[in-house]
Amino acid sequence: MPDLFTTLITSPLAKKAGVPQPTRLRRYEPGGPLCEGPVLVAGTGPYVAPLRQWLGAAGLALAETSDAATDRLGAVVVDLSDATDPGQLGLLKSLAPAVKKLRTNGRVVVVGTDPATLEDPAHVATQRALEGFVRSLGKELRAGATANHVLVGGEASDGLRSAVGFFLSGRSAYVDGQVVRVDATRGGNPNEERPLDGKVAVVTGAARGIGAEIARVLARDGATVIAVDVPAAGEALARVANEVHGTALLLDVTAPEAGAAIVEHARSRHGGIDIVVHNAGITRDKLFVNMDDSRWDSVMDVNLRSILRMNEALLGPDGLGGGGRMVCLSSMAGIAGNRGQTNYAASKAGVIGLVTATAEDVTERSITVNGVAPGFIETEMTARIPFATREIGRRMNSLQQGGTPRDVAETIAWLVQPGSAAVNGQVVRVCGQSMLGA
Amino acid sequence: MPQTSPRPVRRAAILGGNRIPFARAHGAYARASNQDMLTATLDGLVARFGLAGERMGEVVAGAVLKHSRDFNLTRESVLGSQLDPHTPAYDVQQACGTGLEAAILVANKIALGQVEAGIAGGTDTASDAPIAVSEGLRQTLLAANRAKTLPDRLKALASLRPADLVPAIPQNVEPRTGLSMGEHMALTAEEWGVTRAEQDELAAASHRHLAAAYDRGFFDDLVTPYLGVTRDNNLRPDSTVEQLGKLRTVFGRGPDATMTAGNSTPLTDGASAVLLASEEWAAEHRLSPLAWFVDAETAAVDYVHGHEGLLMAPAYAVPRLLARNGLTLQDFDFYEIHEAFAATVLALLKAWEDPRFSKERLGLDAPLGSIDRARLNVTGSSLATGHPFAATGGRIVATLAKLLHEKKQQDPGRTVRGLISICAAGGQGVTAILEA
Repeated sequence: MPDLFTTLITSPLAKKAGVPQPTRLRRYEPGGPLCEGPVLVAGTGPYVAPLRQWLGAAGLALAETSDAATDRLGAVVVDLSDATDPGQLGLLKSLAPAVKKLRTNGRVVVVGTDPATLEDPAHVATQRALEGFVRSLGKELRAGATANHVLVGGEASDGLRSAVGFFLSGRSAYVDGQVVRVDATRGGNPNEERPLDGKVAVVTGAARGIGAEIARVLARDGATVIAVDVPAAGEALARVANEVHGTALLLDVTAPEAGAAIVEHARSRHGGIDIVVHNAGITRDKLFVNMDDSRWDSVMDVNLRSILRMNEALLGPDGLGGGGRMVCLSSMAGIAGNRGQTNYAASKAGVIGLVTATAEDVTERSITVNGVAPGFIETEMTARIPFATREIGRRMNSLQQGGTPRDVAETIAWLVQPGSAAVNGQVVRVCGQSMLGA
Repeated sequence: MPQTSPRPVRRAAILGGNRIPFARAHGAYARASNQDMLTATLDGLVARFGLAGERMGEVVAGAVLKHSRDFNLTRESVLGSQLDPHTPAYDVQQACGTGLEAAILVANKIALGQVEAGIAGGTDTASDAPIAVSEGLRQTLLAANRAKTLPDRLKALASLRPADLVPAIPQNVEPRTGLSMGEHMALTAEEWGVTRAEQDELAAASHRHLAAAYDRGFFDDLVTPYLGVTRDNNLRPDSTVEQLGKLRTVFGRGPDATMTAGNSTPLTDGASAVLLASEEWAAEHRLSPLAWFVDAETAAVDYVHGHEGLLMAPAYAVPRLLARNGLTLQDFDFYEIHEAFAATVLALLKAWEDPRFSKERLGLDAPLGSIDRARLNVTGSSLATGHPFAATGGRIVATLAKLLHEKKQQDPGRTVRGLISICAAGGQGVTAILEA
């Protein structure tokens, strides 16, 4: 439901007058091609050959060179994970003609080595330089194209495939200028069309907005969804649960026994839990000096403390087992801060800490814990933001538009795939490369 | 080899229930129809138990105040719900006993192996009530419709009188006595010497118990909010005997009248549904039974000529039910006695304690005796929740099943039982036993 302003500035008249028009982003459809148009795989790293082989097997045309004769490109993937000296980065320059030929919604994916695993200053500097390149290129790309960076730690072919696949596909429509680290953990999707087939997923805050969309996308990908929300949201929750053929579980996530109740419901009704998405969250905005205790406490309790409490049961003996996946919703505010949101930003920054620490704890049990930090997402909540603030929020990113709940849900659905076993302890921003917070 | 001999009777399990919060008439649900409310209630049940797209053996429900266009109310609600459209449905109606009677019907079919799982429910709106044309207008219109020529048609219409144009609004009146249910109850209350103080105490307890049950989250898996209402809006958590004592009487005459709006149920809108199934179906669907449907008994009294109170039929049904099951009135952990009026509950309890009534009316050597009042309507009843006629049975069955389940978990060593008693218009009473 676009507002009047959006209708006006996207009208043909505005277009003629030269108002910059946001590109309609390519979004994932099951069964659709990974990427539109041929992919150029370049670079000197060890993954060039495996990536070519895999993309070819996935049915994508491979461009051999970036010279003028070839078609417009769907994506450019470049592996410089072997570069040890800044001089080797000159190769990026040779890709300029290919980048120029990217189609609408094109993709650039740069593969590097995780600098944290390196020691030699020149080596670290070289690899770290790639991140600056990617983040800047993301800001230069037009027409819905994105640039993202995959950092490899160890012999990470499965993880690399999963991350590159995500960045090429429409699942990452609103993910731009991001860095994702993958480790050597093995794992693949037994069924690419329904990667979550047979999985039981718990989604908190599922009655509306982003949570409802997470439930829909996980169900579309094959999961049986347990939709959780507060009793007062029961009517909307029932609609979502029925739509995805799942079950509705009414409970307050801040209740002391909430985690145990979820575990009990999942075990008795569905035989266990494979996926948990901690999505429930609230805002109670006020300038810090005017903020009362209840605003601070309720936001902390719902957004952060409840996750810590519930995880005791959800990661306990009857909770997530081997291959389990957890995703926590953070926020751009938790990274960049936001005026009027000291409470919210503190809670969402806390979530990032929780994700990092918990991921380390559970990694030996083959469980992954990741975070997703949405930027400006078009929801009922953001529709209530005052006009000017909203329009700035919506436009101040490389894709010059707001994201949709679907974009957040697709990122989560990727993180919880069996094939994403190598992605752990990461916080992926779904923000169209917002100007806020890098 | 065909197997046509009767199958052994099996137990019917109550797996859970759902209702929308009950709302006082002409309030939050003023624009919701019976079908709207029943559909929303079914969808809430479907969501709670993951039954979207599932074909049920049958759905049985009804409404007391029902428009003629709603002849297939339950089936239409099923078609509007997320259940598999191949789920058959039918309507029943037994006044305020409708919901419980629906549960009895489904439980019996499960017991006989005719269905594996079914939903029993009820819905009623006093706000969106059907309004009929007067009998004079109806007869005139039918005569005009039968007439074959225009002159005949005009002649038929000419017989219309101004008084015929007054619509007939449904009334809470017994057709054979012309007395409202409250007036009938006032007669019984006087006969049994039910005092104002006793009634106000029962009413205050109902509100207190219901509020406490909500506060401890008891209804989180029994109620799904509807149209922004999250709790029964008739509930007055801070209701006290003192406040109730100040209300003026509305039924009965003279200084001895005892019945007020506070100790009588208000007109209410709402709907409820209960999920029942065989043990096998429950296991296949990974659902654990809350309680079992043991037995039921329906009675009727002759309140027209027989000098019995209109709402006293449960007094007759319960002893027969107890005798058949070899139980005494004291063998129950919970009593769910529908609070049509506070006086109804109190008159029934007095009748069961009364040696003369027991001997002369019930033909028993000894009275059934008294009950432990701490076990009566422990999570509140109709005085607090309100009473959308056909929805009350489903509310009580699901509530009692959950209470029994909770009790059983605390005390797993023995069978826990609950007794349901619901009085109904026309001098009827529907009663049942659940156990866990």
